[in-house]
Amino acid sequence: MYAFDFERPSTVADAVAALSAEDAQALSGGQTLIPTLKQRLASPSKLVSLGGIAELQGITSDGDAVTIGAGTTHAAVAADGSIPALSALAGNIGDPAVRNRGTIGGSLANNDPAACYPSAALGLGATIVTNAREIVADDFFQGLFTTALDEGEIITAVRFPKPQAANYQKFEQPASRFALVGVFVAKGADGVRVAVTGASEDGVFRWSEAEAALGSNFSAGALDGMAPPADGMISDLHGSAAYRANLVGVMTRRAVAAAG
Amino acid sequence: MPMDGGIGASTKRREDVRFLTGAGNYTDDINVNGQAYVAFLRSDVAHGKIKSVDTSDAAGMPGVIRIFTGADFEGIGGLPCGWQVTDRHGEPMQEPAHPVLAQGKVRHVGDPIAAVVAETLEQAKDAAEAIEVDLEELPAVVDMKAALVDGAVKVHDDLTSNLCYDWGFVEENRDAVDQAIKSAAHVTTLELRNQRLVANPMEPRVAIGDFNRATGESTLYTTSQNPHVIRLLMGAFVLGIPEHKLRVVAPDVGGGFGSKIFHYAEEAFCTFAAKAINRPVKWTASRSEAFLSDAQGRDHVTKIELALDADNNFTAIRTETYANMGAYLSTFAPSVPTWLHGTLMAGNYKTPVIYVNVKAVFTNTVPVDAYRGAGRPEATFQLERVIDKAARELGVDPIALRRQNFVTEFPYATPVAVEYDTGDYNGTMDALERMIDRDGFAARRAASEAKGKLRGLGINCYIEACGIAPSQLVGQLGARAGLYESATVRVNATGGIVVMTGSHSHGQGHETTFPQVIAEMIGIDASMVEIEHGDTQNTPMGMGTYGSRSIAVGGSAMVRAAEKIIAKAKKIAAHLMEAAEADVELKDGQFSVAGTDKSVAWGDVCLAAYVPHNYPLEEIEPGLEETAFYDPSNFTYPAGAYSCEVEVDPETGKVEICSFAAADDFGNIINPMIVDGQVHGGIGQGIGQALLENCVYDDQGQLLSASFMDYAMPRADDVPFYEVDHSSRTPCTHNPLGVKGCGEAGAIGSPPSVVNAVIDALQSGGHDVDHIDMPVSPSRVWAAMNNA
Ligand SMILES: Cc1cc2nc3c(=O)[nH]c(=O)nc-3n(C[C@H](O)[C@H](O)[C@H](O)COP(=O)(O)OP(=O)(O)OC[C@H]3O[C@@H](n4cnc5c(N)ncnc54)[C@H](O)[C@@H]3O)c2cc1C
Repeated sequence: MYAFDFERPSTVADAVAALSAEDAQALSGGQTLIPTLKQRLASPSKLVSLGGIAELQGITSDGDAVTIGAGTTHAAVAADGSIPALSALAGNIGDPAVRNRGTIGGSLANNDPAACYPSAALGLGATIVTNAREIVADDFFQGLFTTALDEGEIITAVRFPKPQAANYQKFEQPASRFALVGVFVAKGADGVRVAVTGASEDGVFRWSEAEAALGSNFSAGALDGMAPPADGMISDLHGSAAYRANLVGVMTRRAVAAAG
Repeated sequence: MPMDGGIGASTKRREDVRFLTGAGNYTDDINVNGQAYVAFLRSDVAHGKIKSVDTSDAAGMPGVIRIFTGADFEGIGGLPCGWQVTDRHGEPMQEPAHPVLAQGKVRHVGDPIAAVVAETLEQAKDAAEAIEVDLEELPAVVDMKAALVDGAVKVHDDLTSNLCYDWGFVEENRDAVDQAIKSAAHVTTLELRNQRLVANPMEPRVAIGDFNRATGESTLYTTSQNPHVIRLLMGAFVLGIPEHKLRVVAPDVGGGFGSKIFHYAEEAFCTFAAKAINRPVKWTASRSEAFLSDAQGRDHVTKIELALDADNNFTAIRTETYANMGAYLSTFAPSVPTWLHGTLMAGNYKTPVIYVNVKAVFTNTVPVDAYRGAGRPEATFQLERVIDKAARELGVDPIALRRQNFVTEFPYATPVAVEYDTGDYNGTMDALERMIDRDGFAARRAASEAKGKLRGLGINCYIEACGIAPSQLVGQLGARAGLYESATVRVNATGGIVVMTGSHSHGQGHETTFPQVIAEMIGIDASMVEIEHGDTQNTPMGMGTYGSRSIAVGGSAMVRAAEKIIAKAKKIAAHLMEAAEADVELKDGQFSVAGTDKSVAWGDVCLAAYVPHNYPLEEIEPGLEETAFYDPSNFTYPAGAYSCEVEVDPETGKVEICSFAAADDFGNIINPMIVDGQVHGGIGQGIGQALLENCVYDDQGQLLSASFMDYAMPRADDVPFYEVDHSSRTPCTHNPLGVKGCGEAGAIGSPPSVVNAVIDALQSGGHDVDHIDMPVSPSRVWAAMNNA
């Protein structure tokens, strides 16, 4: 690890101010950032911990939406249950240590192409709330490790509309146990959304053919034999593009069947 | 009923209390006053010419004490290879130099180029990054067959090619085998890869060098399975330190699995640098460094042919194997694909003629050496896979085919130069069949199919040669070391005992099992016996622990020393009881004279030895301490039959293990619980190899599976609850305990049954798949099913 300065503000405003320093970086649960620092793959001048900011914590459920503070841990989301499919997803991220430190804000900001949360945000049609604005999920994810966040912009909360039915199916990469392919399916007021993580070279994406098929017939049978094209899917030592495309079809059917 | 704490008792592991409560003393727990830290600058390319190494900026950085490069080790010995293989034509293998720090060339990603010693580890790392290396990258040699093509880039310019040796075994059988295969009624052929693995003990390697200016003595603290071997290799061959000026300490070691047998550059570096800068020097590997610098395992590409006559009797076996050595010869690397592999090709079967050909190849990858089972898993896998394929081709039951060909009379001299002293392969197969409810399999398969899953049952046998072993034999085979073991039994004045053994425990539980043997022999409580190991200063010269040799060889040495103790104690007791020595009996810690009520307790005899007031000083010396060196007359041959049942999800290709049963014959057993645990762990590693683990380089020689993000280790939920049976026991005929060794069996015996089961499942679903290379990962199974 290279040396860095450290700040631990107690308000979002102070955090934003602290992050205006050149090469400053936000630190949330540290489950991605700390290993990166240990391997000397990043050298921020300053780490601004978000851990002391009370307004980033907590889950509120009112009416049609559930709002989760960006600093809320995976374990807290897992225990919440307001959106069962989301809690189940959070409860299956990493191991207990990761779930008790890692946060939803950190996961979305990082936008790892194999992470679970991005598919839930996109699948549920969430809104990402920052210190400056609100960004709909469809605009937020912009490819591998890339988001709509500006330099120094902080996610403060994520607002999820409550679905009528939803489910997340994760096929684990054998080593990391991140998603080799993960599919989040949600049926809501505005129709069916199918979001896929782990598979594409462009990161999380919506599988529109499946959405269309499910829109008229929300059943696994509606997707019989369907899979997205292998073109543009990730190919690595854990699976070829064709294998991943197949898994997208299989996991989507299973998610629909489980969502009921 | 075994005696409490004696032989046969499942005594709980006494060492676990300290391991589980954080009171262990691992090498990294040791900090020597004034120690400095070393960071190695390692090559990030697989093959390159070093044009210059400029340390001038780095040397001036904060905290830097000294920077070493290959130039500092010119004229100093390289890391030695402890085994010389002679090739088919009677020529010695090609043996390249292996410098401590790279000289002229780097030959694998991770090859150390320079080492910075600094006040803190972070300072050392900072300075290492500031070293400027001018490197001319060369094409990397990665694929073994491509490495042997004429005109291929050479890993070592001073060798004639990338071929280390071309070994034929038994060369005289070559024509007979060719003939038998030509005239066979049926020949089954299988081509396969036994993939490369990373050992990944939980504790990464650590080395601390310390030099005592006052005495001129060097001490190395290191994570080793065999401190005496390191002392000999490093002292005599690398640094030229006589053994009386060199102490090697391997304290608690957190797993080795073979990877901590070998003498590594970092050990020599820390010992050398400590003297050079006159300060202790410490190195602790990061996990990333472990992936790039610990010797790796397996990596064989094999073609095997099995010939059968019209009655399905095996008539010949022919194999051709390419064995990856990596960039340099690690300490025992040449022996693994030869003497630990070729000699096992007969398996449990009476095949009259066998020919094994092995081409060992240098590539720009991390060196490969022994990993749990070492050569024997590779032999077992190919043999048990080809037998399964033959059974399918011939339409015969795979168990029946095996039973028909079992060796049933012992001793049995195989056509591959070893003699099995004893065994009962039908006995272990019977024990297996009792566990697995084969009759119920059809119903279980139907139930799986009703859920949309394919179910398969896989069987295999194994034999292994362990208790490694006779010095004269291995000497003929090219070993440059003896393979006896040693023990000193020191009885204290009040009867407590310390056994100083040359064996080394790094998970095996010696501190529990060795005392059980002594307790049984003398009839005292096991708590009166303590084991010391791991420090060359207070243990006799021993060869350490690997090859499932500790109880069979080290335990035998201890028995021999204890026998000397008992013989002497009987003399003392006879004197104290005024009886004839021949009439003295020892039972339950009491010496008595047959047919009288005279007796004297163990403790009184011990006291007399150290307070010899009433003592036969004219006949024997005072004191009660004896040393024995034990060199066995043969290997031991554990054997068994394993089975695995799997469910395959045809949509995803994912394999789930439903059950796993293991029937082993380990001869006599000292501690059944520890033996079960050794088998469980071995099967866990075997399942890891069969389904998950894969060490992969790209064609530039970059390690793709360089961390646990991509290298899949087996976890608790990947393995089932095992059923194990050790009731079939044919005691070893040539060691005093009748024991065979159990440390590697699980890893040797388990991969074939997993793969056999997967193939059985796919075939049941109408998929014409007869082999999938390990790891049988979901994507590979799916690809095989879909011809993708
Ligand atoms: C062993 C292991 C297993 C894992 N398994 C999984 C898995 O199965 N599925 C999965 O989805 N994830 C997995 N993860 C990743 C885990 O979910 C991380 O917690 C998550 O990716 C990052 O969250 P964090 O709070 O730790 O963020 P940090 O590591 O603190 O930060 C990550 C990045 O986000 C930025 N950041 C953090 N918070 C904010 C914010 N509020 N606004 C703007 N930027 C911010 C940081 O600057 C940094 O760049 C695993 C991690 C580990 C170590």
